[in-house]
Amino acid sequence: MGAGYTPSQTIGPFFHDALLDRDRSELVARDHRSATQIRGAIYDGAGEVVTDAMVEIWQANPAGRYDDPEDDRGDLPLDEDFTGFGRSGTETGEFSFVTLKPGPVPGPDGRPQAPHVMVSIFARGLLRRLVTRLYFPDEPDANAADPILSSIEDPALRDTLIARDEGDALRFDVRLQGENQTAFFEL
Amino acid sequence: MSQQPTTENAGSRREDSGRQPPYLYPDYVSTRLRAPEKPLIILPKTLSDTTGPAYGRGPVGELDHDLTRQHAGEPLGERIIVHGRVLDGDGRPVRGNLIEIWQANSAGRYTHQKDQHPAPLDPNFSGAGRCLTDGEGRYRFITVKPGAYPWKNHPNAWRPAHIHLSLFGEAFRSRLITQMYFPGDPLFGQDPIFQSVRDPEAQRRMISTFDLEATEPEWALGYRFDVVLEGRGATPMERA
Ligand SMILES: [Fe+2]
Repeated sequence: MGAGYTPSQTIGPFFHDALLDRDRSELVARDHRSATQIRGAIYDGAGEVVTDAMVEIWQANPAGRYDDPEDDRGDLPLDEDFTGFGRSGTETGEFSFVTLKPGPVPGPDGRPQAPHVMVSIFARGLLRRLVTRLYFPDEPDANAADPILSSIEDPALRDTLIARDEGDALRFDVRLQGENQTAFFEL
Repeated sequence: MSQQPTTENAGSRREDSGRQPPYLYPDYVSTRLRAPEKPLIILPKTLSDTTGPAYGRGPVGELDHDLTRQHAGEPLGERIIVHGRVLDGDGRPVRGNLIEIWQANSAGRYTHQKDQHPAPLDPNFSGAGRCLTDGEGRYRFITVKPGAYPWKNHPNAWRPAHIHLSLFGEAFRSRLITQMYFPGDPLFGQDPIFQSVRDPEAQRRMISTFDLEATEPEWALGYRFDVVLEGRGATPMERA
C-alpha cells in the first residue's frame, strides 16, 4: 500500500489566491428550489476555530448518480449543471456550501448507502487531508442501515457524522481532537 | 455482515510505512493541536470515493501555466520550467486533470496578506498558476525559482524552496496536495515538513530533478517532477 505514490504535504497557510480565487462554494444557485445550505466550524484541540483551512465536498446528485464516467448507471439522470464538487475556505470562521441533497448510492456488498457527502479538510498542521462524511438528519432509517455508519461501534463517534438541522441550514461542525472528535476515515 | 472491525491503532497503514507523513509529527508544531487522536476508520471502496471531480471543468486560461507573464513586466529571479507527468499507481497517464500551484517569489515572499517575512514583494509575480494535463498526463509550468523563507516553527526555522501542488487524479481517493522541492537543498535536514515523510525513497519522490533536456538555451532551467496518484482501484465486485 502506498508504494511509489507521491507523498502528501501540508497545504500550508498561503493557498488562498491559488485555490480560492473563484467561488466554488455554491453548487447550485441560492434560490434553487431545493437548495440546501451546509455550514460548520472546524475546532482544533484547544477549542479554537480554525480559520485557515480549505474544505472540499464531493457528492452524488439528487438521483444518487455521481458526475463521473466511472458511475455508468445510465438509467439514472445526470444534471449538466450539477458537478457535485465544492470548495470553501474558513476565513470567516465557518465553511459554507449551497448544494442539493444527494440520493442514496450503492455501497459495499450491494447494500445501499444513506445519502451522504464526502468531505476533505486541508489545513496548515495537516500533513495529509482529513476525510470525513456528512450524513443527513432527516434520514434516520437510512442512516441506521448505512453500512459505513453502522461499522462505527461508538454511537457518540457515529453521531459526529450526522449534520444538525438549524432551520435555514445544516450545521456540520468538525472537531479535530478531544472527546467529541469527529470520525475521520482512512481511504 | 461481512465487514470486519474497521479501526486501526498506532497511526495507520500509510504512515507506518514512512511513505506518507503521519498526522501527528510533533516537530511540526502545528500538528499538535490539529492531528486527530482517535483511530481512523477504514473506509471500504465504494462509488463515493472511486468517482471524483477530475476538475477539468473550471476554465483554464491560455497563460495560466506561465507565472512569468501574468503582469506588465517579468518577475525577478531565476526563470525555470517545471514539467512532468501525472500517473496512477499502474503507470497509466492521468489525462485532462487540473493541477493548481502556488509559491513564494524569488525572494521567498508570498503575496498572501498573512506572510510577514520582510522580503520584497515583486509587483510582477503573484505566484499562482494552473493547467490541465494532456493526453499523456504531461503538464508544464513556467515560473521563477522560489526562495527559501523563514517561519516560526522553531528558532531559526527555514522552509526549503518549494512549489505547492494540488491535484485531483481520477477519483476522490486520489486527491493530493503536496510540495515539490529542488535537488540538493541544504535546508531539508532541519525542515520538519519535509522530514515528516520518513522513508528516504519517498522523500526522493518529493524532489524534482534538474532536466538538461527540458532546459531552454539562454532562457530557462528545466526541472522534472512526476507525480504518482492512487487510481480508482475499483473492482467490478465493488461496483455492484
Ligand atoms: Fe510554502
